Amino acid sequence: MNFPILSTLIFLPLLSSLFIFLSKDKKNNFNSIYISLFSSIATFLLSLFLWYSLDVNTADFQFVEDKSWINNFIKFKLGVDGISILFIVLTTFITPICIISCINSVKERVKEFLIAILVLETFMIGVFCSLDLVIFYLFFEGGLIPMFLIIGIWGGSRKVYSAFKFFLFTLLGSVLMLVAIIVIYWLTGTTDITQIYEIKIPEEYQNLLWLAFLSSFAVKMPMWPVHTWLPDAHVEAPTAGSVILAAILLKMAGYGFLRFSIPMFPLASEFFTPLIYSLSIIAIIYTSLVALMQDDMKKLIAYSSVAHMGYVTLGIFTLTKQGIEGSIYQMISHGLISAALFLCVGVVYDRLNSRLISTYGGLVNYLPKYSFLFLVFALAALGLPGTTGFLGEFLILTGTFQKSYLAAILATIGVVLGAAYMLWLTKRVIFGVTKNSAIETLNDVNKSEIVMLGTLAFFVIFFGFYPVPLMDTFNVSVNSLIDNYQLALNTR
Amino acid sequence: MISSLNILLPEIFLSLSIFTILMFGVFIKKSFNLIFNLTSLILILTIAIILNNPNHEEKIFLDSFTRDSFSNYFKILILISSLFVLNSSKNFIIENKLDKFEYPIIILLSILGMFFMVSANDLILFYMGLELQSLSLYILASIDRDNLRSSESGIKYFVLSALSSGLLLYGCSLLYGFTGSTNFEVIANELNKENIGAVFAMVFILVGLAFKISAVPFHMWTPDVYEGAPTSITSYFAVVPKVAGLALLIKFMFIPFSNVLLEWQTIIIFISIASMILGAVAAILQKNIKRLLAYSSIGHIGYALAGVATGAISGYKSAIVYISIYVIMNIGAFSCLYLLKKDGQYKENISDLSGISKKHPLLAISFLIILFSLAGVPPLGGFFAKFYVFTAVLEKKMYALAIIGLLTTVISAFYYLKIIKTIYFDDSAITFEPVKNKAAQVSIFLSCSILLTFFLYPSIFSNLVNSLFVS
Repeated sequence: MNFPILSTLIFLPLLSSLFIFLSKDKKNNFNSIYISLFSSIATFLLSLFLWYSLDVNTADFQFVEDKSWINNFIKFKLGVDGISILFIVLTTFITPICIISCINSVKERVKEFLIAILVLETFMIGVFCSLDLVIFYLFFEGGLIPMFLIIGIWGGSRKVYSAFKFFLFTLLGSVLMLVAIIVIYWLTGTTDITQIYEIKIPEEYQNLLWLAFLSSFAVKMPMWPVHTWLPDAHVEAPTAGSVILAAILLKMAGYGFLRFSIPMFPLASEFFTPLIYSLSIIAIIYTSLVALMQDDMKKLIAYSSVAHMGYVTLGIFTLTKQGIEGSIYQMISHGLISAALFLCVGVVYDRLNSRLISTYGGLVNYLPKYSFLFLVFALAALGLPGTTGFLGEFLILTGTFQKSYLAAILATIGVVLGAAYMLWLTKRVIFGVTKNSAIETLNDVNKSEIVMLGTLAFFVIFFGFYPVPLMDTFNVSVNSLIDNYQLALNTR
Repeated sequence: MISSLNILLPEIFLSLSIFTILMFGVFIKKSFNLIFNLTSLILILTIAIILNNPNHEEKIFLDSFTRDSFSNYFKILILISSLFVLNSSKNFIIENKLDKFEYPIIILLSILGMFFMVSANDLILFYMGLELQSLSLYILASIDRDNLRSSESGIKYFVLSALSSGLLLYGCSLLYGFTGSTNFEVIANELNKENIGAVFAMVFILVGLAFKISAVPFHMWTPDVYEGAPTSITSYFAVVPKVAGLALLIKFMFIPFSNVLLEWQTIIIFISIASMILGAVAAILQKNIKRLLAYSSIGHIGYALAGVATGAISGYKSAIVYISIYVIMNIGAFSCLYLLKKDGQYKENISDLSGISKKHPLLAISFLIILFSLAGVPPLGGFFAKFYVFTAVLEKKMYALAIIGLLTTVISAFYYLKIIKTIYFDDSAITFEPVKNKAAQVSIFLSCSILLTFFLYPSIFSNLVNSLFVS
């Protein structure tokens, strides 16, 4: 295929952001909103086409684009396989939803906000497409700039602190990865990952390089104990920012583990499995307990995200088929569910300007549609069978049981705790007595909110009952990932 | 003989034009505008002459003067950056009553000095070029003679710089004494580890050079001079002499000192790490933009020196790429300062920038691009500069230098973010007057668009630099 479909996908949002930048705005920023909505939906359709035309029966990279970039040094190489395509579709799916959500929630500097979102989309798609370490780093870090601005300009009262913490934490984690990338270049003579897969990285280097990559991914994931930026960033970010942060930015690290850490450093991945298990288990139990005690809704969901990401790392490093498939599934599912939960918080925040749980209570009497949707997502987040949340956790636990009973049992405790904080949140916000008289005058969800939340609810339930389209997509790629890993261990 | 003068054509043209316009200045009254425009013309013509000159290496005057692609690259870089620095500062010069006809002429003289610095292949010629440059810079630093801070900065710079020149000269004479020659190639052959005295001389020369490029621990003058001198001079100081100084340093490492690599490497590594750390930490508390940019330039010189510290050609190349991108970023950053005018005064405090994103969105976004690029965040140009340098550093397996360097980028990111925070997150305090300064706007636009689109063709500078070291 000659048409550079991946480059188009990556740079379409960037081009349209340029359009918005140059366009004159009339009343209410209609021009900007329409351009951005149109372009993001076009990107989504393009990514669906990509998914449709992807051959899922092979683990090879497809739609590969290979251009010389830095002379004799680094190539601009893009490509997708069964794993990355799902993250691309998730990105392009979430972005239009964010743009719709900003119609209600962003009041000032709408144009700049849309530009930031679209530039961010470019970087996010780029991360999932790149087949070269330097290109990956470029997109991975470049996303910091728009996100920093989104938190800082449109954020809440402690926005400056949160934006700085977000930026500096992530940058600090990433510089070590940059060192590792350059070291890999001097070891193997290339930064093209398909070639690095073939050339085995010497055993004595693997552990250190793996740790350097971990330092970046652990911050981005976020893993305990470097997760502290996440609650701050989430609480202060505007709704759309939280949605992107939870739904996509957190998935970059999980994707990074699958794409880089495991295939490039199989021996180190095996060596450090106990470390990841311990950190994941601590994350699951500790952050679930912390989430129980939050009185800020966004903070509660943020901590629950850390716990859910704990399952993801646990699943990835079981290095079993079930574990990895479960992790990918959990990432997609968390992308939908946490996005929806943050949107739910955004809906009431737009109306009452408060994220505190104590402000609400008894919403079900006055906002029935909203309460129903909230309940769906809360149940999905705690892993109710029939929603996507269940399947991911179930597969991860199945995979974990094969490797370590202790880890699996401890992780299962986390499932119970997860149910506890989600249900308690629902009880306090949706049910109970209405103490706040302001709630009685609230309007129920409007059309654009129904569109956003309804679509998300549909997919959460649809893929909960019928996971086959997702599973089929990454099945072969995951098998080959595990086969290569086993091969590397056996030929040590 | 005539053909060998051809080699010297850019220098001859430059000096003759300087004397001509000096005469204009003496005999024509109120001639600043004329001389300023002539200066721009001279700079452009000199670029044309250099571009028309052949690139292959030739030496004249008993091998004391070299014309090769290395010196030509730096000469063109010096000329282009001076052209942009001068033109974007023209309004500032006139409004602050600095429009004496000597101003552009002294700048041209310093450029002439730099030409000899980058072309020198001999200790005497190199020292003469350096002094011509330094003397011009002393005058420039105190050009606003009625302003207390400007004269103070001039005196400060003069005293310290004279001291460093003295050390440098002492080093040169020691080197001559121990090797018996002032020619770079002969020195290179004579200089080795056993020749302790010559190694001693090398340290003196390094100190002098480190002072000229304001590397730690010889940086003390930089913040004061940057803050005290008028902005138009500061922007010149921050860009052009740095380029020439680094070129000279690389030349010294590459030719005369090439056989004592292990001896100077430790020194350069120390200077580099110290500059990176001080540049990152000391800038955090600064309130004045010029002072902050001074510390930032100290840090940036540290990164360029990290490339030099490898002692390999790939490292020198990366340092040259670094300084080229640094020039682009700093021209943009200083040009932005020319647009911050309120009540006839140019503002210099970071707090004056608060909230300008609402009223001056284009200026704000230019600042944003330049500052993120200075911080080295991908995908902007500044990232590639650091990327090349650290690639070269890691090729030599200098892991500690690379890791410390990259960690300091995180610290320095903090103060760049602080300015961005002031611009974008804070509420606006003042509205600036609309400034009509086309040249500054063009410089900002060019600098931002190069930094933004650098990722499309990131090897542009490394391709140019690749041919500089053929020996």
